[in-house]
Amino acid sequence: MSLLFLVLALLTLVMAIGTVTARNLFHAALFLVGAFFGVATIYVLLEAEFLAVSQVIIYIGAIATLIVFAIMLSRSMMGREAGGYNRYWVAAAVGVAALWSLLALLLTTVSFPVVDQPVPADAIVQIGAGLIGPYLIPFEVVSVLLVVALMGAVMIARERHRQR
Amino acid sequence: MDWSQIDLRTVGVLWNQALQNAGIAPPLLTVINWVVAAVVLLFVGLNMVIGLIWLERKIAARIQDRLGPNRVGPFGLLQTVADALKLLTKEDVTPTDADRITYNLAPALAVFHVLMTLAVIPFADGVIGADLNVGVLYIVAFGSVGSMAALMAGWASNNKYALVGGFRVVAQLLSYEIPLVFAMMIPVLAAGTMRMNGLAEAQGQFGGLGWYVWVMPCAFFIFLAATLAEGERAPFDLLEAESEIVAGFNIEYSGMKFAWFFLAFFLNSWVLSAIGTTLFLGGWQGPFVDRIPALGVVYFFAKTMVMFWVLAWIRATFPRLRIDQMMDFCWKFLVPLALVLLVGTAIILKLGLPSPFDGLALLVWNLALLIGGFWLLGKAQQRAVYASKRAFTPQLPRL
Amino acid sequence: MTIPLSWYLLFAAALFGIGFFGVLSRRNAVAALMGVELMLNAVNINLVAFWRYVRPADLTGQIFAIFVLAVAAAEAAVGLALMIAIYRTRRTINVDEIDLLKG
Repeated sequence: MSLLFLVLALLTLVMAIGTVTARNLFHAALFLVGAFFGVATIYVLLEAEFLAVSQVIIYIGAIATLIVFAIMLSRSMMGREAGGYNRYWVAAAVGVAALWSLLALLLTTVSFPVVDQPVPADAIVQIGAGLIGPYLIPFEVVSVLLVVALMGAVMIARERHRQR
Repeated sequence: MDWSQIDLRTVGVLWNQALQNAGIAPPLLTVINWVVAAVVLLFVGLNMVIGLIWLERKIAARIQDRLGPNRVGPFGLLQTVADALKLLTKEDVTPTDADRITYNLAPALAVFHVLMTLAVIPFADGVIGADLNVGVLYIVAFGSVGSMAALMAGWASNNKYALVGGFRVVAQLLSYEIPLVFAMMIPVLAAGTMRMNGLAEAQGQFGGLGWYVWVMPCAFFIFLAATLAEGERAPFDLLEAESEIVAGFNIEYSGMKFAWFFLAFFLNSWVLSAIGTTLFLGGWQGPFVDRIPALGVVYFFAKTMVMFWVLAWIRATFPRLRIDQMMDFCWKFLVPLALVLLVGTAIILKLGLPSPFDGLALLVWNLALLIGGFWLLGKAQQRAVYASKRAFTPQLPRL
Repeated sequence: MTIPLSWYLLFAAALFGIGFFGVLSRRNAVAALMGVELMLNAVNINLVAFWRYVRPADLTGQIFAIFVLAVAAAEAAVGLALMIAIYRTRRTINVDEIDLLKG
């Protein structure tokens, strides 16, 4: 089990590093798909099957496809310059490494109240009941947000025909 | 031992006992079982395709008043084998400007996403790779990975036709996923489970009349239409329209890599038929299946073949749609229809009518929607025809 | 429960860091967006890991992760639409060249 986790986590991290370092944007997007898939397998290890499947549907099926589509729509983004870094990238790398070390220090020293309980058998039913029960208002807000965002996206990206 | 009583699950239990007697510890046993199941599924899936290709060609030939393959072997049965050998010996060309890794990865991914779906298909009661409690969603998830494969192939080939094919893949598969998911959710609502085996179990009432295809024909229609699009089959085969974009995303592929796409295409058709069988045609349900569970496999394969035959029939009969017609059909007809159907089904099921009446109510609702929907579609079509006639009528100069 | 919770948290932190690095260092806006998606994924791993290890009985962690998924989808849609619109007028989506407000 631990070995499986280590392999999957390592693969996911390699994919993630590929995402942020690949010069070619299309390759970066493919690495991103790999990272999403790796995260989905981590969810399976955590016994959150519903979330794993949702992750694949939404992230790989929708978001990654959208990103690839956007990359393809603007051809000059495929150029050699596209994957470049700005001039602060060294500072960013150092800062991020420092952040991770700090977090690692924190996470390993703090002890969380871990309980050893099985996942409820009707987890999916409970998720559904939760979404239309105690979390109804957040659920509706997110739905409205999605509709508004999609309408906004269509309005922004639509090609306006100039009136002459 | 009475062989008529043999349950496929007893075979599994016997197998497990035999392995445990051989001194294999339970964790290793699980791994061995997984590997065996995966190998069996792979073997069955990949070899079945040879027969499926022959079958589809024969069906299409009969429908179009041709003979079809009839030279290699009896009834041309070995034609596919000969074709496979030919593809194996062909030169494997990679275009110079192609993106090598992506180019070679795409065919593998195309087959991978179809093979993964085989894991949740119940071939008989309990004979299933993994009876996930999110089975239906799992199928949707791996279906969406398929568009990624076509997109990769289209982009990496560095060919404008391939790229256009890739764009069409995204437009088509992403759009038709929405009615497909809605149509798949309706049996899930009725059965109250997303487990594929549970869905097949739920259709066992009334000796075959409990199949969801009788109860919810409208959902089945939406599912069939969306399946045709998801399987990239005619009339929705614009992704590989030979006359428009040569062959779509797989234009640059040759030899074995093309064969992989071909394999993925036919296997996908079969898997979609199998999903349709499980969701709407009762899966492994059939007469005497409760007494002789092994019959379930026979029923399942027979029903899947019927479904596959329907797909082949449609493919051999209908002409290809234009891309705007295809998108209009999805967004202006299927999606609203599926939405109304889903809401109505949820309300009817929430009413909690006694057993035969809820099915009847669903049937009435489905038929009403089906007739109403097609009536509206016909009206719209008439209006479009009038409009186009008016637009193209030449105006004679007045004397 | 053979895997300690801290492994998941360390992994999520590393994923978050990599995503953050992408956001900070990439010139291209789409690449930066990919970094944001990685960060959101890391957050989700944390939510699910805490759900599994600390309170597996109620599904709050998973429900919250689903909300994050929905918001991520909305964010990607709007972000990419903006980028396409900007690309159409400016012919570039490098974030350090989009400086209309700079005098």
